[in-house]
Amino acid sequence: MPTLKFDINKIRKDFPTLNQTINGCPLVYLDSAATSQKPQSVIDTITEFYTSQNANVHRGRHTLSEQATYSYEQVRDKTARFFNVLSKEIVWTKGATEAINLVANGLKKRLDKSHTIIISPLEHHANIVPWQLVSQQTGAKLVSLPLNNNGTLNIQQCCEFIKETKPALLAITQASNTLGNITDLKPLIVAAKEVNSLVLVDGAQGALHLKPDLRELNCDFYVCSSHKMLGPTGLGVLYGQYEELNTLDIYQSGGEMIDKVYLTHSTYRPAPAKFETGTPNISGVLGFGAALDYLNELDHVQIQQYEQELFSYAAQKLVKVDGITIFSNLSDNIGTLCFNFKDEHPYDLATLLDGYGVAVRSGHHCTQPLMTHLGLNGTLRASFSFYNTYKDVDIFIDSLKKCIALLD
Amino acid sequence: MTNTFNKVTESIKNAPAWQQKYREIMLLGKTLPALADVLKTDDALVSGCESKVWMFVEFDLTENTLVVIGDSDTRIVKGLLAIILALYNGLTPEQVVNKNAYEEFEKLGLISHLSASRGNGIKAMVEKIQTMAQHKLS
Repeated sequence: MPTLKFDINKIRKDFPTLNQTINGCPLVYLDSAATSQKPQSVIDTITEFYTSQNANVHRGRHTLSEQATYSYEQVRDKTARFFNVLSKEIVWTKGATEAINLVANGLKKRLDKSHTIIISPLEHHANIVPWQLVSQQTGAKLVSLPLNNNGTLNIQQCCEFIKETKPALLAITQASNTLGNITDLKPLIVAAKEVNSLVLVDGAQGALHLKPDLRELNCDFYVCSSHKMLGPTGLGVLYGQYEELNTLDIYQSGGEMIDKVYLTHSTYRPAPAKFETGTPNISGVLGFGAALDYLNELDHVQIQQYEQELFSYAAQKLVKVDGITIFSNLSDNIGTLCFNFKDEHPYDLATLLDGYGVAVRSGHHCTQPLMTHLGLNGTLRASFSFYNTYKDVDIFIDSLKKCIALLD
Repeated sequence: MTNTFNKVTESIKNAPAWQQKYREIMLLGKTLPALADVLKTDDALVSGCESKVWMFVEFDLTENTLVVIGDSDTRIVKGLLAIILALYNGLTPEQVVNKNAYEEFEKLGLISHLSASRGNGIKAMVEKIQTMAQHKLS
């Protein structure tokens, strides 16, 4: 239940990493698309776990183990509520990448050369390469949705493409990690469902900024990463519509995921347990729980509104800098500005910006097919989150101008 | 050769602020002749994540000294490449093996550019030169 009004000054104090200087300048962290910063409550929860609660889960009958199991499973419930799905539909993985690999491997036996998998040119390598492997191993065709020259999807055209192609699976991002462009998922999912296609949505970028209602979205699988949602690294979430999830083949095997083990064969527990072998990332899960608590205390509508206003402010300022080309769509964007200065290599400007304490990313952002589509070798990327300020934007733009001057 | 290196890097060492340091590095890069496009082959690429570096390392047969040429698509890395070239070009294999690029970069206040996260290939360049020299000695 949202209880607190959005107060940026209070929020800034909750994120200790943000309150430091880099090269003598206040840190301006514009790389949240790579990983988000963590509120103190997340850090405290992890410390607290190792300080006084550490025990393995689902095993011991002793007090600590029971408490750990209880807290751990509570976070699964919390995650399910966050996305409006059932607890048994949530599988812990080590990241969004592993979650995609889990689904890709779990579907393999069902696919052959009569099947097609659709991806898009916007995808992160994590939502491309696993499907290439599946395609190579099963003979299933791998095709891509058409993408406009400016990096946006023509939704109507894409829907027709899906209906004609009748894929076994559509794997698509909720928002581009490079451009920030938001995918209009609903019509694509409706089209996919019309031809009985499964849909996997890569929510690595979208989960924090868009907080989707997955029941309403009606995708079969959704993946995201804790560390991009204020939580710790090393933990991912796989949501699977239960029937679909439970019929996936197992990905990894060992202890905990089994029902009965004989020397020659075993039977497995139902999902999500059958996908969670070995000791899980307990502290990661608890830390992620604290991240969700933090987000739940804020009003998501206010977060989104603030992020959108900040993004518009930044985009308007950046567009006015001489020689800058922006590749991001400036509407329907989660708050990421992808740009270059003239034909300068982004590496130089990113290195110089660091001198002013401004953290941006440069390179192909793990989206080489998208770079090829846009005719680029690489770009700069400034990605914003709700803990960024208008002052951050001002420092970023001023520093960028100074760095450009250094290139002369 | 050490004189060339000192001359080349003096302005970087004396730069009063990081901005000036980078300007000097980028200016140094500009003095490096560009490699012809036909030489910018994938084989000549030094593995680096973001910036491309093409490099050829050979030993002059009569003098038994190192000859390195190279180019990069970024200004800063090209400047750093120029420093590496000034450091190693014309040295014998023994001298190369005994010349520690890390120490020199440390003195210039540029050691962070040799870190793995930079992914700029500078580290790989140094390793390529060192491997060539060691190979020549053995």
